Amino acid sequence: MAKTAKISSPYAARIAARGHFRTLRLDTPFQPRIDALMKRNDWYDWGGYRAANSLWDEELEYFAIRSQAALFDISPMVKYGIEGPDAEAFLNRVTLRNVSKLKPGRVHYTAWCDDEGHVLDDGTLFRLSDERFRLCCQERHLPWLLDSAIGYDVSVAEQTEAIAGLALQGPTSFAILRAAGFAGIERLKVFDLADFEHQNGTVTISRTGFTGDLGYELFVSAELALSLWDRLMEAGRLHGIRAIGYTALNRARLEAGLIVANADFSTAEHALRADRVRMPDEIGLGFMVDLEKGHFNGRRAIEIARKNKKLRHILVGLEIEGNIPADHAIVYHRGKKEVGLVSAAGWSPLAKRNIAIASLARPFGDTVTDDLWVEIYALRELKYEKLMKRAKVVPRPFIKLDRRTANPPADF
Amino acid sequence: MTSFDVVVIGGGHNGLVCATLLAKSGRKVLLLEAGSELGGAARTEEFAPGFRVSSVAHLLNRLHPDVVTGLDLEKHGLNFVLPEQIPSFSLSAKDGPLALTGAYGEDLVGASSSEQVAWRELRAQLFRYAGILKPFLSRRPPDLRGGNSLSETLALGQTALALKKLGKEDMRDFLRVILMNVADLLDEQLTDDRLKGLVAFDAVLGSHLGPRSPTSLLGLYYRLAGEVGGQPGAQLVPKGGMGTVVAAMAASAAKAGVILRTGALVNKIRVENGRAIGVVLENTEEITGAVIVSAADPSTTFLDMVGSRELDTGFVRKIKNIRNQGDAAKLHLALDRAPRFSDLDADAHCGRLVIAPSVDHVERAFNPCKYGEFSPEPVLEITLPSLADPSLAPDGACVLSAVIQYAPYRLKEGWEIGKPKFFKAIMDLLERHAPGIGRLTRHVELLTPADIEERYRMPGGHWHHGELQADQMLMSRPAFGTEGYATPVDGLYLCGAGSHPGGGISGAPGLNAARRIMALER
Repeated sequence: MAKTAKISSPYAARIAARGHFRTLRLDTPFQPRIDALMKRNDWYDWGGYRAANSLWDEELEYFAIRSQAALFDISPMVKYGIEGPDAEAFLNRVTLRNVSKLKPGRVHYTAWCDDEGHVLDDGTLFRLSDERFRLCCQERHLPWLLDSAIGYDVSVAEQTEAIAGLALQGPTSFAILRAAGFAGIERLKVFDLADFEHQNGTVTISRTGFTGDLGYELFVSAELALSLWDRLMEAGRLHGIRAIGYTALNRARLEAGLIVANADFSTAEHALRADRVRMPDEIGLGFMVDLEKGHFNGRRAIEIARKNKKLRHILVGLEIEGNIPADHAIVYHRGKKEVGLVSAAGWSPLAKRNIAIASLARPFGDTVTDDLWVEIYALRELKYEKLMKRAKVVPRPFIKLDRRTANPPADF
Repeated sequence: MTSFDVVVIGGGHNGLVCATLLAKSGRKVLLLEAGSELGGAARTEEFAPGFRVSSVAHLLNRLHPDVVTGLDLEKHGLNFVLPEQIPSFSLSAKDGPLALTGAYGEDLVGASSSEQVAWRELRAQLFRYAGILKPFLSRRPPDLRGGNSLSETLALGQTALALKKLGKEDMRDFLRVILMNVADLLDEQLTDDRLKGLVAFDAVLGSHLGPRSPTSLLGLYYRLAGEVGGQPGAQLVPKGGMGTVVAAMAASAAKAGVILRTGALVNKIRVENGRAIGVVLENTEEITGAVIVSAADPSTTFLDMVGSRELDTGFVRKIKNIRNQGDAAKLHLALDRAPRFSDLDADAHCGRLVIAPSVDHVERAFNPCKYGEFSPEPVLEITLPSLADPSLAPDGACVLSAVIQYAPYRLKEGWEIGKPKFFKAIMDLLERHAPGIGRLTRHVELLTPADIEERYRMPGGHWHHGELQADQMLMSRPAFGTEGYATPVDGLYLCGAGSHPGGGISGAPGLNAARRIMALER
């Protein structure tokens, strides 16, 4: 009976070629190393990949970011390679910011919208050379990007699987990269990128991150992933390098005031309810909208909404009295009128403040900022303690670290 | 660089209507036609020495009365004498011909008396229901964003009232049948195959539908909502061909002050800061205009002339998704003398001769077209225009003009190989109905959708500039976002058959577009 199944029909061949459904959660190229360090078996699903929430202790993982160096696997981040003579024009039409101002060797944070001006996603755009870009983001957008490419001499390639990524964040991150032998790493200023040799290939290192701290992101082809990990771990041994999971990173990004798609706002293609979509101005990304450049997706809708004052929401930073995290708490005006919702919250060990990111219905959070309250339900041994805490609108980021932008970065 | 209040792209009949009405409102209007003469697919052209024919559209059955009065077409040489309206004949080798005389069969000749009664009832019902929809022809589609004016809202209310006035039972039936297929409706009420075949043919003429395809009845409503000379359902072969209608429109345009330029191919619509500001011709000449109106096909207008860079991705997707692949071919024969169709009186040859002997026959003709093949037994509509107007052919000779289905735009084997085969299939069929016609044939012109595309600049070779089906009607025509003649580009409007209500020599898209422009661009 031990006959191998023979593929007979063209359908069988096609089905065999599509094995994606056999593994419902994929491994990243770094998985062998992470598995070896994983003590808690605390996994979550990041865009179809198995990713660590926490490896050994989320508190200590957080402090690795702030006091040592943290290594975080960002391979599941969606990545597109965009190349061609029209790549700049194409990205100017797709995204909000002016790509002509982004020089080769630079990175910027941007976002893109549908026809109605609703945000499809935010992400980082890497200008690798004059005609080569990499777009990194949370959600998949290949059909959108390909349809946007109609009329442009540009190619768009899905690179999520082929390119592995690591974030190395924290005060000793620079020292580690130097110790690892990446000559010239000290020349990278914030949002710079450059290629460095690694084995028989290259690694693209950018001085970027999601922590508000000194830090770098490293991109390498998947087959070089493990050797890169080993190189960093080896160099970082005496600099306190630690592998971390998302829980720690999420606390750091909250302190940095950074938002996460489909956590702090619903992306247009995921929102099922008509009132859940958001324009850039409604999630704090209005600064990206460049009306000086030519046409871009959603431009007309955004201009009309601004003109007609149809921007109904605003995303704000809150400081909340006390120290109880206000996760998903409802925000009230004068303790009565419901005006919004907290999307991320926590105690900031660095700022020593109880902080939150919230979406409010204008004018609250915009012109009316006094007398705001959050209602926290603290579950205490099977009993909710309902707390009404005063909230104050404060600017983001909640922390500002000089070492993030220091040139050259401090050595250790 | 010259500047105009309005630049109209495309000198087909809709472009002419729109340009003329805008010029009459006091605007300085320039009309640019790419071809060497005006008229688009409504021209009279010489296809063989001494033989002239209406090149695509050969029957007049829906020229909108507001267009006739708005352009003073009667003053400019267009005169309809209703006795000129022609009957339709359904030819059947088996049972002999059947005639619908008067305006779409006021009388049915050649059928049983019970069938005549049944037809009279069905005909009355069809006109009643088409009449409910008719007011939509000369109005902008309802604005789903809520931007309807008071009069537009009132007009919608009037439609609701008209529905109500039908009475409970009739209203229910109207709603029951509206999205039905024409075959099922005909089977409910009629028995004569020839009659059902003819009506089914009319319902699917010019669309990618068979009589048993859902919603095929809508095509019949569209046909019957048209009128000529105040007579709903009437049809005629214009003297001198369709070119005379266009000539009258051109005369009216010139009188109104429209500057008409032929041989002026527009390559680009110039857009600055989200607003159309002019056009660039093939010879790089630039012309500026406060308003640009395109009678060209929507995909040509947006993807080629404006370019995707000035548009949002979602909108480009919608334009790309417009179904605009034609299924109708046009045949022109130069004949030594008039052919004789079997069992048909000499007079009857002036009528519209339809070879669609049963619903099954039409459906079978449609089947191969779904898979990229032409009908081996096509269905067709024939006119012999030179019988009533001898000027179209040399002495004693005759012109045959026929619309033939189904000839899919994307023929699997390619039209280069397929065209001779398709022509043979058509001639074999004609030979059976008019023996000896092959020997009379001196010259042939067969226009497949691929030819129509190339010659008349209609992508897909579709005379409606896009399928006229439920998903591409009203506010979905040509695509949501540009359904009310305005487009996402400020100052750019559409006025061609790709816009509501659709194709045919009606002038309605041009009329509605002109009204919309007058309302928005003061």
